[in-house]
Amino acid sequence: MKRTNRRQFGQGLFATGVAAAALTAPSILRAQGFPSRAINYIIPFNPGGESDVTARFQQPFFEEISGQSVVIQSKPGAGGATAWAQLNGFDPDGHTIMNTIVPHTVLQPAMKDVGYQTSDINNVFFFHYTPDAIVVKADSPYQTLQDLIDDASSNPGRVTFGGSGTNTANHLASEIFSSMTGTSTTYIPFRGSAPAMTAVLGGQIAAAMSYTTQGVKAGEQVRTLAVATQERVAALPDAPTFQELGFDHVGGAYRGVAVPAGTPQDIQQRLSDILQQINANPAFKAQMTAAGYEVIDVPLGDIPAFIEERKAAYGPAIERLKSA
Amino acid sequence: MIDALLSAATPFNLMLALVGVVLGTIIGALPGLSATMAVAVLVPFTFTMDPASGLIALGAVYTGAIYGGAYAAILVNTPGTPAAIATALDGFPMAKRGDGDLAVTISCFASAFGGIIGAMALLIVAPPLATIALKFGPVEYFWLAIFGLSLIAVLSKGATLKGLIGGALGLGLSTIGSAVVGGDVRYTFGNPVLLGGIHIIPALIGLYCVPVLLNMVATQDRHIERASEGRGTRIPEALGLMWRSKFNLVRSSVVGTVVGILPAAGGAVAGLVAYSEARRTSKNKDQFGKGAVDGVIASESANSATVGGGFVPTLVLGIPGTPPDAIILGALMVQGIRVGPQLFVEQASTVYTFIFGLLFATILMIPVGLLIGRTAFRTISSIPKAVLAPAIGVLIMIGSFAVEQNATHVVMMVILGAFAWVLLKFGFEASPIVLGLILGPIAEQGFVQGYLIGNAAGNIWGEFFGRPISLAIIGFTFLTLLWPLWSDRKGRAAKGETLYE
Repeated sequence: MKRTNRRQFGQGLFATGVAAAALTAPSILRAQGFPSRAINYIIPFNPGGESDVTARFQQPFFEEISGQSVVIQSKPGAGGATAWAQLNGFDPDGHTIMNTIVPHTVLQPAMKDVGYQTSDINNVFFFHYTPDAIVVKADSPYQTLQDLIDDASSNPGRVTFGGSGTNTANHLASEIFSSMTGTSTTYIPFRGSAPAMTAVLGGQIAAAMSYTTQGVKAGEQVRTLAVATQERVAALPDAPTFQELGFDHVGGAYRGVAVPAGTPQDIQQRLSDILQQINANPAFKAQMTAAGYEVIDVPLGDIPAFIEERKAAYGPAIERLKSA
Repeated sequence: MIDALLSAATPFNLMLALVGVVLGTIIGALPGLSATMAVAVLVPFTFTMDPASGLIALGAVYTGAIYGGAYAAILVNTPGTPAAIATALDGFPMAKRGDGDLAVTISCFASAFGGIIGAMALLIVAPPLATIALKFGPVEYFWLAIFGLSLIAVLSKGATLKGLIGGALGLGLSTIGSAVVGGDVRYTFGNPVLLGGIHIIPALIGLYCVPVLLNMVATQDRHIERASEGRGTRIPEALGLMWRSKFNLVRSSVVGTVVGILPAAGGAVAGLVAYSEARRTSKNKDQFGKGAVDGVIASESANSATVGGGFVPTLVLGIPGTPPDAIILGALMVQGIRVGPQLFVEQASTVYTFIFGLLFATILMIPVGLLIGRTAFRTISSIPKAVLAPAIGVLIMIGSFAVEQNATHVVMMVILGAFAWVLLKFGFEASPIVLGLILGPIAEQGFVQGYLIGNAAGNIWGEFFGRPISLAIIGFTFLTLLWPLWSDRKGRAAKGETLYE
């Protein structure tokens, strides 16, 4: 009796195992067979920008891991909104992936009707952030961030910050800077981070509310007054962090990869794993760090918490921008 | 320098220059496929090459594509790339009257000349020239766009009111989408595709090409006059005409180089500014728009000169001079080359090898351009309309789609095309509309940025009217607008005619 029971139990266990295997097999196979053809990687910005450059850094590693080619395709427009609004119209099979940016995908729908909501973007992984940085021309009177803050406090509205577009990471950073330092500055939107830097170099604006990468790119023509990272940026060793200067500000443009709604969970997981594996590659990391990017890992499981945390961090600044 | 010259002249690099020019010319000739796209598509292939060779390949494709745009402009009245807009103004009338082969040959020599001037500027005076890019702030771009808009008056001679209405229409169309400055969403009617605004390439194709296509089907005449037998490519005649226009050629090339250096301007603005200046200083203003050789020379030499000019701020300052330069800059960064003033010292061999390669590519463009141009002219002037019209129809569909692999652009192209055809029936030309569409965003952004900067400094009037370059551009604008009136009056007075009829 006991024996039979055990056997029955054993058989039952086996049967359950088979059934479970049968149920999960298609999805395991699907994820194992993924990707089965070329991946279409859509960049919602012009070629040559940060989104494009970092995607091109990822491209060879992605191809090596997945064994499929990655086609980078540019669909610029409306600060990325055109592409993001179309994201869920693509086939949800994981072969179409799209570059996304927080705070853009939080800020844009909060400010205007841009054809999508923050929750419409199904991110699978965030692979780096491009830290905020305040950059001035090399011969600027501002030697330190404090010089700039002093000028801004004694002349409200006088100090001009150029940045990439309206309702963008730069725009938000300039709002956060104002409230953090209790100053009032004028934000001037440009057609991208590069034109804003040109205006700094030309002396038309006082400073750029830009990214570390722009400070790296412009080299000795500029001075980076502060960077929004935990530790100093390797490519800009002379630039202090905001935290060192007494301001609690860490952040920038968080770049992730999203898939159309309805993409099977296991394929999302597989993409998240591939992207994490790329991040772990020292060669990839070295390229990113040298250009001023901060590599981070926010895998699929951590995305909801990450988005909530970011939303909370941006909340007050967004409210002020709305009422402005 | 000699080392660089020699390494640019290796068989491999020369082969890259040749293949690049051929590919670029063909891509540029097809409406919808622009220089930016040609460069973007080829960038990944250059990652396996050493940086100088990769740059030569990209530079050659870019040069070829800017030139290739002239064929479609001359032979089909559809600028193959935005840079060729001004070429169509006189190129197509030349083709209409049977001088299509001459126009193609002239465009080839003018492009090569302009390209060489641009590349020489890059070779010899790049670092000091690059500072021009920095002298142009938002306000200067605003005034440059206004100067460009003054060209509407020139383009719409005899129908100024209709030209102005067309220009206003173009400016209106340019406001569609989400505003860069301010982020307002305008006239999108809830359609996310319109958020990005009216894309210039489908708009160009629609506004210029669709009316041509419809007229081709609706009328009995030949599309363009075919060449009489045994006329060749009319090289001596073309060279003779160019010699007579040597001042125009040099001036337009210099204009093109300088406009190329300005990051927010580009080939279209260069061609239009040079065209406007050529017309202003010409003794035969009446001929412009009716097939003036000088119009083609001005536009083509200027747009090709923007290639070399655009590389100046790209390499010296890391500021892309034109959209294709932005892609090339991205490619350089992936290759680990840090651009900037030190580039010409630290990476001198790479940079100078590239510049010589660009020069070789520009020179190779002459035989390539003449050969391809001759074939294109023979084909388009001799094949029956029943074949030509559907072929162009398919090409423009593909071209509009290819811009961003987006079917909505095809729909947009067809709608704008139908609209342009109806407008043409009422005497409204496409050019003022396109001018408004291209210059509108430059003017708008420049104005708002300038206003914000002026407001922050507490001196808005000083910002707009107190800067020397701005004042110079304002001066040129008035000159362009008033010169024809003045010279007209003087001419009539000299002939003893009454001033008021």
